Amino acid sequence: MTDTGLDGPLTDALVGTRRFFTKAEVSADKRTMYAKGGRAGDAFYRDRWAHDKVVRSTHGVNCTGSCSWKVYVKDGVITWEAQQTDYPSAGPDKPEYEPRGCPRGAAFSWYTYSPTRIRYPYVRGVLLEMFREAKAQYGDPVLAWASIVQDPEKARRYKSARGKGGLVRSTWDEVVDIVAAAHVYTVKRWGPDRIAGFSPIPAMSPVSYSSGARFLELIGAPMLSFYDWYADLPNASPQMFGDQTDVPESGDWWDAGYLIMWGSNVPLTRTPDAHWMTEARYRGQKVIAVAPDYAENVKFADEWVTCNPGEDGALAMAMGHVVLKEFFADQQVDFFVDYNRRFTDLPFLISLQDNGDGTWSQGKNLVAGDLDIPEKDSENAMWKPALFDAESGQIAIPNGSLGFRYGEEGWGKWNLELGELEPALSLYDVRDDVALVRFPRFDAADGQVAYETRGVPVKRVGDRLVTTVLDLLFAHYGVAREGLPGAWPTGYDDPDAPATPAWQERYTSVPAQQVIRLAREWGQNAVDTGGRGMILMGAGTNHWYHSDQIYRSMLLLTTITGCQGRNGGGWAHYVGQEKIRPIMGFQHMAFALDWHRPPRHMNQTAYWYVNTSQYRYDTFSANDIDCGTGVFAGKSIIDLVAQSARLGWAPSYPTFTKSSLVLADEAEAAGMTPPDYIVQQLKSGELKFAVEDPEAEENHPRILSLWRSNLFGSSAKGNEYFLRHLLGTDGSFTATEAPADKRPAGIAWPEQAAEGKLDLLTTLDFRMTSSTLFSDVVLPAATWYEKHDLSTTDMHPFVHSFNPAIAPPWQSKTDWDTWKEIARRFSELAVDHLGVRKDVVAKPLWHDTPEAMATVHGRVLDWRTGEVEPIPGKTMPVLAVAERNYPATYEKFTSIGPLMENVGMLTKGVPYDVKREVEILRHRNGTSASGVGAGQPRLETDIHMADAILHLSGTTNGHLATLGFTNVEKRTGTQLHDLAAEHEGKQITFADTQIQPVPVITSPEWSGSESGGRRYAPFTINIERSKPFHTLTGRQHFYLDHDWMIGMGESLPVYRPPLNMTMLFGEKPIGEQNEHGVSVRYLTPHNKWSIHSEYQDNLFMLSLSRGGQTIWMSDVDAAKVGITDNDWVEAVNRNGVVAARAIVSHRMPEGTVYMHHAQDRLIDVPLTERDGKRGGIHNSLTRIMIKPSHIIGGYAQLAYFFNYIGPIGSNRDEVTMIRRRTNQKVEY
Amino acid sequence: MAQMAMVMNLDKCIGCHTCSVTCKQAWTNRTGTEYVWFNNVETRPGLGYPRRYEDQEEWQGGWVRKGNGKLTLRSGSRLKKLASIFSNPKLPTIEDYYEPWTYDYETLLNSPQQKNFPVAQPHSLISGKKMNVSWSANWDDDLGGAPQYGPKDVMLKGIEDKVKFEFEQTFMFYLPRICEHCLNPSCAASCPSGAIYKRTEDGIVLVDQDKCRGWRMCISGCPYKKVYFNHKTGKAEKCTFCYPRIEVGIPTVCSETCVGRLRYIGLMLYDADAVLAAASVENETDLYAAQRNVFLDPEDPAVQRAAEHAGIPADWIDAARRSPVKRLILDYQVALPLHPEYRTMPMVWYIPPLSPVVDVIKDTGHDAEDQGNLFAAIDTLRIPVEYLANLFTAGDVAPVNGVLKKLAAMRSYMRDINLGRDPREEIPGSVGMSGEAMYEMFRLLAIAKYADRY
Repeated sequence: MTDTGLDGPLTDALVGTRRFFTKAEVSADKRTMYAKGGRAGDAFYRDRWAHDKVVRSTHGVNCTGSCSWKVYVKDGVITWEAQQTDYPSAGPDKPEYEPRGCPRGAAFSWYTYSPTRIRYPYVRGVLLEMFREAKAQYGDPVLAWASIVQDPEKARRYKSARGKGGLVRSTWDEVVDIVAAAHVYTVKRWGPDRIAGFSPIPAMSPVSYSSGARFLELIGAPMLSFYDWYADLPNASPQMFGDQTDVPESGDWWDAGYLIMWGSNVPLTRTPDAHWMTEARYRGQKVIAVAPDYAENVKFADEWVTCNPGEDGALAMAMGHVVLKEFFADQQVDFFVDYNRRFTDLPFLISLQDNGDGTWSQGKNLVAGDLDIPEKDSENAMWKPALFDAESGQIAIPNGSLGFRYGEEGWGKWNLELGELEPALSLYDVRDDVALVRFPRFDAADGQVAYETRGVPVKRVGDRLVTTVLDLLFAHYGVAREGLPGAWPTGYDDPDAPATPAWQERYTSVPAQQVIRLAREWGQNAVDTGGRGMILMGAGTNHWYHSDQIYRSMLLLTTITGCQGRNGGGWAHYVGQEKIRPIMGFQHMAFALDWHRPPRHMNQTAYWYVNTSQYRYDTFSANDIDCGTGVFAGKSIIDLVAQSARLGWAPSYPTFTKSSLVLADEAEAAGMTPPDYIVQQLKSGELKFAVEDPEAEENHPRILSLWRSNLFGSSAKGNEYFLRHLLGTDGSFTATEAPADKRPAGIAWPEQAAEGKLDLLTTLDFRMTSSTLFSDVVLPAATWYEKHDLSTTDMHPFVHSFNPAIAPPWQSKTDWDTWKEIARRFSELAVDHLGVRKDVVAKPLWHDTPEAMATVHGRVLDWRTGEVEPIPGKTMPVLAVAERNYPATYEKFTSIGPLMENVGMLTKGVPYDVKREVEILRHRNGTSASGVGAGQPRLETDIHMADAILHLSGTTNGHLATLGFTNVEKRTGTQLHDLAAEHEGKQITFADTQIQPVPVITSPEWSGSESGGRRYAPFTINIERSKPFHTLTGRQHFYLDHDWMIGMGESLPVYRPPLNMTMLFGEKPIGEQNEHGVSVRYLTPHNKWSIHSEYQDNLFMLSLSRGGQTIWMSDVDAAKVGITDNDWVEAVNRNGVVAARAIVSHRMPEGTVYMHHAQDRLIDVPLTERDGKRGGIHNSLTRIMIKPSHIIGGYAQLAYFFNYIGPIGSNRDEVTMIRRRTNQKVEY
Repeated sequence: MAQMAMVMNLDKCIGCHTCSVTCKQAWTNRTGTEYVWFNNVETRPGLGYPRRYEDQEEWQGGWVRKGNGKLTLRSGSRLKKLASIFSNPKLPTIEDYYEPWTYDYETLLNSPQQKNFPVAQPHSLISGKKMNVSWSANWDDDLGGAPQYGPKDVMLKGIEDKVKFEFEQTFMFYLPRICEHCLNPSCAASCPSGAIYKRTEDGIVLVDQDKCRGWRMCISGCPYKKVYFNHKTGKAEKCTFCYPRIEVGIPTVCSETCVGRLRYIGLMLYDADAVLAAASVENETDLYAAQRNVFLDPEDPAVQRAAEHAGIPADWIDAARRSPVKRLILDYQVALPLHPEYRTMPMVWYIPPLSPVVDVIKDTGHDAEDQGNLFAAIDTLRIPVEYLANLFTAGDVAPVNGVLKKLAAMRSYMRDINLGRDPREEIPGSVGMSGEAMYEMFRLLAIAKYADRY
């Protein structure tokens, strides 16, 4: 026996006998047994792996991922999924996009056959019984529906049962009958704008989004916005760039020399993209993480900047202070000077307002029309801002401002070419005088305004004193220059003067030295790399009430240092998959602009603020938010919402206190045009805006349909108010209504707010959620592995597809087929009940149209108070008349309408003639045989829709991209069409996207270029091709001169702390303890184990986490109130109650808890100790707070467009008490 | 012989668990394996899965070197194992993993009309009874509950004073784990039925499902606790290195779906006759180098001839030559074995995490990419080097420091190139590398094309 070096001889002998029992080879030392694998052996796992086919699809979820997946199918059953790896290359010297995905997506197939799958149509039993009974009685489903909702007792019965079980199975015929009848009834009785639909983020599946949207817009019902509602829309983007949001693809992170992840937890929320960050570090990129907790991304950062939650604005301002001082005041950097002269409003002149006490205030942009110069009499002279030309020593009017964008004289001049001009960034060297200007600060403990007075160099222009934006910025940021009077910081170490590094430390807790060094590195990197410094910013900094100010102070850093419009530079805001790359085709098809224009688009935040009666619980006034200027004197927030609606700034549906159909009839009876009639009625006071009397029954929203959406388990800020006031069921809030002295001045205030305003809530889904739980009708939807659709995102430059791995099982249907069914039945019922009607659509003044020139100098004049006349499209909304041929709704739904050829398409102000494209679609999709769509291209199927979208967009149809650029060239006079020329003949079809993800084409729909295979970065076309931004000056704006912006003290970026919930609502200050526990900042960041509410109920995700609702808290706070890990805790504030488990960790900062958002109340949520009812969701502790600056409209870049600008449903300023539950044995 | 091996770059792991889910979906989402994760990801510091599996005092997994220089299974000689197959005291219980559960989801649709909103409650997949969820497959993810559980991390032994579970000193990283497909597998040696074997052609360690008799000695014997018991079939199951995929030329599920792009798969040639001696070296800290010495250089003509003679096909030798795993383990020497002290000669290696580097020198005002600063900072990493050494080098900090310095040097070197400056060749020189090798390593780690990873 050989000595094997193991155990010993006896063991060897025994173990060695293995040889005789197996064919396998035992190693000479008898330690290991070898055997050949091969096809014959190991059959178990080989069988397990065997599958019949692999189908390409993806996940229609709002996550920006847009990852392409392989879905494995065996025996007709979906077995599992794994990522595709066939993305076209990002280039030989860069990483690739493969294999995009995340654990959530990898767990998706679980849903297909899970017990939470909705297999059949359901209706709440109590309602279904009533309907069946009524239908038997009346025969007609519309009359049947009427008999239920018009009977207060019946209505109360089924509404109060919402969410409390009792769903019973029905049939498709029956549910479609109910839904269609309710729509017909509501159009007839209340008007179409009392109906609404909500489906988020079309980019994640535009065909599915379009299904319901197309139906609703055809009948005149508004679609509710999403981007602003989620608080994902950074209002700073329209404010500064005149753009909704445009950001680099993640592959462009690679190009950056310096990367700051600021409130964006990349590994968790950008899981498929995170590798670009980890890999770019190996190129020598420096990476900084700004986060209040030790977040997942902090692990990768060279530095962790532990900024206190919501204080990011102070940090950014201090960095701005250092950059302004060291790179603008102490020295002139040619690169920065050149950039700002051409591409920002730094050199533009601002008039100062005399305060009468020797001080001055910030005023309006000086424009050609204000001046005694030749351009005074030019077209749109009030829209041509002025600057000071250092070359000639004269005031000059540069090309490229809004005044050149429209009208005859502007052809060829809307560009950023300066010609001979040499704009002076500062008047310091050429000043006539110095003026003492007052600058607001909001850093006092009570959040109230105070002022600093500082000297600014000025020139005299006539009787005006003017200065530049940069001169104001220096003074506002406390950057002193010799010879300018006023109270200036004594240095970086001055803790009392705003914007110094020492000052910010008190709010952020970030050491001043660190801030100084980061700012220097930032500036120097921009110099060294030509602007390749990037900030990834996210929900952590964006979901605050004052997020626009936080963002503006952060964007100042990327903009002033020439990083915007660069590969590897600028802002990278990734919150919400807002970027549907083929946007033009999508917009026209989804909103049925081929049949009717304009559409009804509503900003959802204001919609729910009004319609869930949350405004009645506002115990603060608009005065609390201005800066002592009295701009909002005597008004509450809803007064401003109403004013914004009435002036045509923001949309407002339901619009009037009467049906929009009835108003058209009345106008006809009165022998007037509808606009004239409505103006007359409004002036006389006979007619009001619905928002002025929200509790009156004629103004309630009556029908809400949700698809691809879980409003009630996810985004509904003020969830408990929704439940009580909108749905009429249990709502666990304790807030009290505003006392008499705090109520709005111009809004009706009945004793009792209405409850159960909504008549019908319908949800299409494949799984049970809070929304299906509360719905009257639940429709079984196909999953993402069971339908055709498209997917795009801002994170990568591809368009790819959803494809069915199996047919929709049980009785589920695709969204497209469901809405088609509803449209069909609606049309049948409309024959008797509706016919052809005229509908007056009130539309706000739109961005990217001449309507944005409605408000000269941003001066607010209200027709209600007689300051101006009510003129539709100028001082009030546009009033357009649409003819609704209701019985033809189905025919319109399923064919492309004639407006495409007769009027053309228009996106972001660029017109397109698409006769050629429609003709091609006739051949590709075939034509409708009969009805109003006869001879038009068909839209029968989801694939027809997908192909229409792709064909009618420049990003996916090179011919249209080139055509669009050619049209823009006429206006700019600069060359652009070559950007798309390389792909002029490329036409991406749906079939192409089924084979492989396809790169998109550079198009005027977006601001960046992919030409030549470069990575997408926003604004590169603006910077490289002198194309103006869509703003007042045509440049990136630091200064905003609208009355309300100045009145709020926000004309320049300014630090505003999180809302003081103690002062505004009487909540306990953070850190205070009482019998309810300890008061903490309550944040609801994105969840590692879900994408919003999707996947949080998925068994795999629950097994990898804690199995139910959780709240993360620091060990320090936990110790204060005796909480240990996994204890049941209760979090309570005036808005509601949450019953969850605690996760205690030292990675959390003291004073802050995280309840990762959208953990639905469906999984392991017990009854609360406080009131014995089911615990709430994360949004049970929040509520809607509207910031007035977000509802400004009718003024240059501050003009409305859907999801472009609007009040955000911010959710981070909230606080809550949290305590250990007395009884840890919970009840359900 | 030839061995399929894997290297995971922990410096790139984002802790997303996609690997775990795709693996589970493909292999273990069935009755009997609800609690089984062939691939799991642990947050470190933390307890791991099953809890404290690294405590071999408790679990007695792996090999030990006896006084006479011979290896024996830690749990006792194999004779003892054969003698005690009916009572195996060193087996983790379901609580040490976690009790799998599901919910009565159907109540959400089926509830009759009632007073409160319906809810789905958890119940055990083992007993079927209502349960209180108190541990999961990944309970301490992202330091959840860390102040309570973290101090019990086995790897903190001896460095308790260096790791404080306090906010300012927080650090974490992720450790994805699959079966190590060891060269010297203690699971196979523990199996009384001869059901566990190592495939001749690629070294994948498998449990023959027909031969397994469910004695579970392998579970005790494996120090990584990567063999699991299927409580429905009564057989042991483990990671198969996705051999049905490997055989047709595609990577394992966990690798191909790794969105951090941190997994590399490749072939290693090794001298099977040298394994035992290497596993038996006296000092645990010598095991890392000893194992490296077992590997054969596929560029060596003698090795090529020997391989050909042993019947290894030519394309396999080619694969070994271009193996990214070989480059990381042997050429650049940035990958380290997990727990070499278990003496199983594991074949899934790891590049230790570098980040965050310069946190501790942030107040000095120096350029963070400065080469000197990076090197200085490694001694004061947020993640204590000693902790990494406990994982990868049996406590010897020198090899870990060496790897971290190479990664840091690569960043410094590449920053100059990134900014269009002349590269400084003294930087790779300071860590014993040529500029060319450093650039190639950069491409392998950063650009990491699909064809280069596998």
